[in-house]
Amino acid sequence: MAIVLTFEDNIVATDKQGYLLDHLVWQKELALVMANNDEFELTDAHWEVINFVRQFYLTYNTSPAIRALTKAMKVEFGEAKASSRYLYKLFPEGPAKQATKYAGLPKPARCI
Amino acid sequence: MTSIELATSVVLSKECGLAIINSKAPFSSTYGKDALDVALIFGSFEQKVSLFFQGDGVYQLIANQDGRLVSIKDYLKTFSAFEFYDIEDIYVCQQSLVNRQLDEAFHINDVQVLTSIEFGLALNRHQHILRF
Repeated sequence: MAIVLTFEDNIVATDKQGYLLDHLVWQKELALVMANNDEFELTDAHWEVINFVRQFYLTYNTSPAIRALTKAMKVEFGEAKASSRYLYKLFPEGPAKQATKYAGLPKPARCI
Repeated sequence: MTSIELATSVVLSKECGLAIINSKAPFSSTYGKDALDVALIFGSFEQKVSLFFQGDGVYQLIANQDGRLVSIKDYLKTFSAFEFYDIEDIYVCQQSLVNRQLDEAFHINDVQVLTSIEFGLALNRHQHILRF
């Protein structure tokens, strides 16, 4: 099934699973539209992870897989938020997968 | 073999895991990127992996290169994320640097410069070796 992402009357190019083809067109409002299309609600806790994942990508040029994500988050947010349990609660379909999507990044190649 | 060498090799032989040898310059081929992908996969699954840079592979550790200038994703930036993948053992061959008149200045920290003999010994501690 092809997914057509429309934002401010323009069609935004995505891959088959709805990930942006160009991460530079990302903005917060676009993430809200993507989440809305998936019937997924983004809370402040979600945004914390989304922003973190995006920053990770911009710094290291790669989307973090779950284990690297939790290790990196531990440095930033401390032990409580750096567990895969916490992240899976927020993103039941897989934190690395879902958070990168709303952060406008490519789907992690090495992905759980 | 002297007692020191013997002691060293005994300690070293206890280690195991995967060694990945990087022997090609970045961006002229996909070898470097492929090696990185394998390393990150092993790291993601908590498998011990060490990186070795030898021959033209040492150019992958030199700073101020940007693949985007030749329309290639700058995968070298990802090297800075190794700590999140538990990749801590990074070795570079001193002779390869000398041959190319390169300084021991790298774009990531904690790179260990080894003589040819040390390089070989370090490689020998691993059960499996992949060469890129």
